[in-house]
Amino acid sequence: MTFARLRSLGFWSLVVAILTYMTLPTLVVLMTSVNPTEILAFPPEGVSFQWYEKALTYPDFQRAFKNGLIVTSLASTLALIVGSAFAWLVYRYSFRGRGVLEAVLWSPLIIPHFTLGFGFLLLGGAFKLQQGYVMIVLAHMVLVMPFVTRAVYVSLATIDPNLARAAANLGASPFHVLTRIELPLVLPGMAGGWLIAAVLSLTEFTASLYVTGSRTQTLPVAMYNYIREYADPTVSAISAMLIITTTLIMFIADRAFGLRRVLAIDTH
Amino acid sequence: MTATSQAPAAVELVRVRKEFGSAVGVADVSLKIGQGEFLTLLGPSGCGKSTLLGMIAGFLTPTAGKIVVDGVDITEVEPYRRDIGMVFQSYALFPHMNVFDNIAFGLRMRKLPKAEIAAEVRRVIEMMKLDGFAERRVSQLSGGQQQRVALARAIVIRPKVLLLDEPLSALDKNLRAQMQVELSELHRKTGLTTIFVTHDQGEALSLSDRIVVMNRGEVQQVARPIELYRTPANGFVASFIGEINALPVARYERDGREAALVLPGVGRLAAPARDDGLIHGSAVRAFLRPEHVRPALPDEAGPNIVSGVVAAHIYQGSHTITRVEVDGLGLIETRVTGADIVGAHPVGAPIALMLDLGEAVLLATP
Repeated sequence: MTFARLRSLGFWSLVVAILTYMTLPTLVVLMTSVNPTEILAFPPEGVSFQWYEKALTYPDFQRAFKNGLIVTSLASTLALIVGSAFAWLVYRYSFRGRGVLEAVLWSPLIIPHFTLGFGFLLLGGAFKLQQGYVMIVLAHMVLVMPFVTRAVYVSLATIDPNLARAAANLGASPFHVLTRIELPLVLPGMAGGWLIAAVLSLTEFTASLYVTGSRTQTLPVAMYNYIREYADPTVSAISAMLIITTTLIMFIADRAFGLRRVLAIDTH
Repeated sequence: MTATSQAPAAVELVRVRKEFGSAVGVADVSLKIGQGEFLTLLGPSGCGKSTLLGMIAGFLTPTAGKIVVDGVDITEVEPYRRDIGMVFQSYALFPHMNVFDNIAFGLRMRKLPKAEIAAEVRRVIEMMKLDGFAERRVSQLSGGQQQRVALARAIVIRPKVLLLDEPLSALDKNLRAQMQVELSELHRKTGLTTIFVTHDQGEALSLSDRIVVMNRGEVQQVARPIELYRTPANGFVASFIGEINALPVARYERDGREAALVLPGVGRLAAPARDDGLIHGSAVRAFLRPEHVRPALPDEAGPNIVSGVVAAHIYQGSHTITRVEVDGLGLIETRVTGADIVGAHPVGAPIALMLDLGEAVLLATP
């Protein structure tokens, strides 16, 4: 065997090892979700979709899913509005305290979610908002804001500044430059940012554990509570559904809005 | 249309100045641009030509001075109220619109009736040979087509002035030559007063009615292309436009109809005795184009024959540029048709050169 072949073999072994390592836990969960018996056994002993049925009809999950949708849609939309405005501010103007503002905005990437969740729990106590939607939405909004802001900022930064000049040169007032040129060009970034925020919010667990109550719990919290009491594959089934839904959303978003570009994964 | 500075001014710059902090971008430039004139701002990068264009378009505010278009002072007017068309170096086509919408943008901003917009856009689409491309996205166009859309978008609003900011620099060489011809045709057809910014002297010489040579924010010379090439006003213009041999500083001697340059280590060279205000005994520099230097004939004699050694040949197909190291003059370039010189005078061989100083530009040295 030549050295080149050996090197190629080594490379592909590494790729396979990484892929296996990254996807194995998910695969295990997906496989147990079709197990016909009540035990979370691996490997599965057959194929059955009864746990999917149970997951879809379990009242706690139904309510938690609805709660999640409410929280996610409100939190991501608010984060989109505030985050876009902020991205615009940072992109357009340089002002005193801009650095501090930026640091505060990025901070949810550094500060652990349980710290933020705990903080919101204490705040909720002080303002008599414990376990209410307001507190949950606020917490989620803070958590997803850096992602939305980044998405919008990146798509703003990729706009050729001469486009605004060209539009002005052709007779467009600053208002028309914003509505006819800048907004349409940044819209995919906003949509992409909103979707990322929505997916993150929908699956957020750590901070949600602190700020939700039994009536307001979101899906990941409900799943956690379920698995503390029962050890059957229902949770595997609901995990599988969440993964598939999220993958679909991301796939569509990538096709429709060029998510790669928004997240600056792709550079062209 | 080859209007000149005698025609009524379409654009007038009055002591326009732009400072960036302590740096001077444009230093008190005054210019009159005639109706329908094709004027080029030429200079190296950083010379202030794009800054000047930016001020005319209204993207930059002058530190001092005023800009008058068609008799109206527009110095303080917002860019979107100026009625000045511009083509950007990067074209700046709107990527979310197709060709038609790009071209129609300016007319829509002017709130023209739909039918009129459609008719006008069709007119320029035809004029710019873009038939069949109206529905295309701009990303599906080639560089040359994008260039035409950018031009169409700028001229469809029937601007008072058309500004072109290095529009050809993004194109490859062949396309650039073709677009030069098209620009020239377009100017002839529309008769638009045009201000063209470039650092390419070839483009400037071939397209312009007049050229403004700029350096370090200052105007060096304003002249027609031929005048600029033949009688550059100073050393910068002489070396920036085309190739030129700058001879060392010499003493100018004049006696009636006879004039001479006295160069230490070389001797006397016969110089043209023109009424150019040069004073007997003053220090001057002679600038001589390579086409005015040629190998001397075998039995040729005269005061302007110098001898040297061939340093290099640069074969260019139609002609050859030969660099000769001449005692006391340094490297002198000669430009001769064909390639015979390469065989006749190999590198390292001695060669006698005839300097046609009658064609030289003599400039007093400060």
